[in-house]
Amino acid sequence: MIRLQRLFSAAAPLLAVTLVTLIFSSVTTAQTTADKAEKPARARDISIGLQAAITSMDPHYHNIGPNNSILRHIFEALTTYDENGKLTPALAVSWRPINDTTWEFKLRKNVRFHDGSPFTADDVAFSLKRVPNVPNSPSSFATFTKPIIDVTVVDPYTIVFKTASPHVLLPSDMSQVLIVAKAVGEKATTDDYNAGRAAVGTGAYKFVEYTANQRVVVKANYGYWRGEEPWDKITFKMLVNPAARVAALLSGDVEMIETVPTADIAKLEKDKKFALSDKVSNRVIYVHLNQHQNKAPVFMIDKSGKPLEKNPLQDVRVRRALSMAINRDAIVSRVMEGRAVAASQLLADQFFGTSKKLKPTKYDPEGAKKLLAEAGYPNGFAMTIHGPNNRYINDAAIAQTIAQFYAKIGIDVKVETMPSSVYFTRASKLEFSYMVLGWGTESNEQGSALRSLLATYDVAKGMGVTNRGRYSNLAFDKALSEALVTMDDKKREGMIQAAAEMVMGDVGLIPLHYEVSTWATTKALKYSARTDQYTLAMSLKPVGAPSSGAVR
Amino acid sequence: MFSYAIRRLFQSGFVLIAMSFLVFVGVYAIGNPVDLLVNPAADEAEKLRATIAMGLDKPFYAQYLSFLGAASTGDFGRSFVFNIPSLELILQKLPATIELALFAMIIAVTLGIPLGLIAGLKPDSFIGRFIMALSIVGFSLPTFWVGLVLIMVFSVHLGWLPSNGRGETVMLLGVPVSFLTWDGLAHLFMPALNLALFKLSLLIRLTRAGTREALLQDYVKFARAKGLSNTRVIGVHVLKNIMIPIVTVIGLEFGSVIAFAIVTESIFAWPGTGKLLIDSINQLDRPVIVAYLLVIVALFIFINFLVDVVYSLLDPRVRLGASNASGH
Repeated sequence: MIRLQRLFSAAAPLLAVTLVTLIFSSVTTAQTTADKAEKPARARDISIGLQAAITSMDPHYHNIGPNNSILRHIFEALTTYDENGKLTPALAVSWRPINDTTWEFKLRKNVRFHDGSPFTADDVAFSLKRVPNVPNSPSSFATFTKPIIDVTVVDPYTIVFKTASPHVLLPSDMSQVLIVAKAVGEKATTDDYNAGRAAVGTGAYKFVEYTANQRVVVKANYGYWRGEEPWDKITFKMLVNPAARVAALLSGDVEMIETVPTADIAKLEKDKKFALSDKVSNRVIYVHLNQHQNKAPVFMIDKSGKPLEKNPLQDVRVRRALSMAINRDAIVSRVMEGRAVAASQLLADQFFGTSKKLKPTKYDPEGAKKLLAEAGYPNGFAMTIHGPNNRYINDAAIAQTIAQFYAKIGIDVKVETMPSSVYFTRASKLEFSYMVLGWGTESNEQGSALRSLLATYDVAKGMGVTNRGRYSNLAFDKALSEALVTMDDKKREGMIQAAAEMVMGDVGLIPLHYEVSTWATTKALKYSARTDQYTLAMSLKPVGAPSSGAVR
Repeated sequence: MFSYAIRRLFQSGFVLIAMSFLVFVGVYAIGNPVDLLVNPAADEAEKLRATIAMGLDKPFYAQYLSFLGAASTGDFGRSFVFNIPSLELILQKLPATIELALFAMIIAVTLGIPLGLIAGLKPDSFIGRFIMALSIVGFSLPTFWVGLVLIMVFSVHLGWLPSNGRGETVMLLGVPVSFLTWDGLAHLFMPALNLALFKLSLLIRLTRAGTREALLQDYVKFARAKGLSNTRVIGVHVLKNIMIPIVTVIGLEFGSVIAFAIVTESIFAWPGTGKLLIDSINQLDRPVIVAYLLVIVALFIFINFLVDVVYSLLDPRVRLGASNASGH
């Protein structure tokens, strides 16, 4: 008995803690029930969990997807892409080429900035002038304004751009340059935008708060020209850890998350409280093959460890064999849990300039072996595959899977994956021979992807700037260059398709799959999934509400 | 005491310079931030512009020297990624981390020392063994797993506590703190508990071992023989004598809790410096990495100094400043 008593007295602190916990949690329960009771009245406030940090509120500071997505709530551009990747009017109502090097944009009337001042052509001219002059910008939007050599404001609602050479992507480029108010922005620095003083746009939402690495808060712009949005206030929380992001959705702390981890998709699909939406994105996952030197690259050797005589990757038969040996359907269904689409080119079929004739390369290990033998490698060879491990969805697993397919055709493969901070520097220095990479085509037009990834590397012309395999095909270069300056859309599309067929037939690179982006919301909401991977509240509606306009 | 403090200050200066150099070399060796930050579609001219804007076009030694020059005036450079002065960015996030660390340490100390004492006084009882079993669990479970389980239980299934973020803050002496509001406490509880678990187990084991050793000492037997009350024997004779190693560990662990709360911070999306550091490393944001580590080194130096001072208060044999200090 005494022993028992002692035991209890000794356990007192533990008991005390339990008690404290209980009291504490009962208090918080009371609080959350109070919250829940209030909910109907605040149903128009929502929280969204984002997968990456937002680095600035300055729309011209850092050209990077997460920033571009969130800033579209506050600012708008002349043109914009809809959910399906089609270019549509925004602050411009129409545009047309006057001649090969001159474009005229007609601007929307009766649009007001958040501070009440009217939107005119002067604001457009000012924004274009500001873009290349943002101090310390780590990735400038000047890429989109550089082709323009002269801007003329004809009247408050007409503006004319002159380019040095024919530039067909100008309307698309204009979707990337967000328009700021001249009156507010003239002396504004990036700090002024981050603090909200200068974050004055024409968008559906107004700036409320920005805290680096934590959250962005916006509130409705009731005078928005497209009509009112269904939400009063939106809190974007930066929940970089995937497990934490899913937990936040499950526990009701956020109503929606982007980039649902593939491992959690099946579970959420079964859960009646949540709804998923997805869409094939404009990002392709592909392999660049080192072809820039005649000697075999360091990461390719014969099986006894001796260097190969010449670079096998310069032989189209070897490249084709490497593509045929990959079972894309297996990668899509097993590694990506069905959330990807096997790729045949650089953009999925529904985008501009893609060829319907191109189909994903069929899985054929026997055929691949034959081709290797024909090319003079009947016993295969040994190589190292490199890939990032924190950049694309399941990137490390993809590299591992490819290695296993290659083992079947007699190629000994080592896999080395590394954080993107190390990987991209080494890939740009052309250190690797076989590299898994990804490419998002912001213009949704295959021509720009072909130009960056497969045109012959030429710094002066700005061609092949990200051609890390240094593939070079002069006939393809010529076809592409002609296509890129053809103003007529119909004609250009045919020419780009032909160029794509030429280069894919030559296996300039190995396309693997198009990423599918997935969003999860509570059942009460519906998200119209977007090809540009942006998470926009403008595409989020309460279930049962009309697809656009006011519901109040 | 005063000359001791001055000497420590000079030593610290050297530590800071050595540290900054190592970090500079390390980050330089990893990779080029331009490859990560510039949009991949950008041409060479744009890459060159970004390289110059970040000062990366200069040779390594020139970059380091200009950093040292600016740092001596308190300017640690602007974050490549955020374009905010890196020190400002860190100081913005530091209160959240210190609050979390402080709470975790309070949980660890207020539970750990009494539990360790109990386990030490009654090592063979059920409760003593139970406490030790708990401490093994606390030691061996990985932080990220415990954090996720806490979230699944308390946020998802029970719905009692919020799963992420920091709650409502109020200003206390010009610093935003969240422990003064209910919302803030609700947000603070789980991450603090998660962070405290390991330290708690450590303190339990340390206190238990110290207690068991002290109980066998002559002065404790003598005190009991004198007929002193149990409370006094334990509270004064035992506890005070076992405090020196415990204070050392608390001091060191407090520093490491602040510096490396990374896992807990990312699981609970706690807006502190740990999360900032890991993001900065991923982006090779050198100014922030360097400034962060320098702040942490300074903090460690300060905490160690405090620990030395507390020693001298606990143990009269320790004299700060004596060149042949005894008792260490």
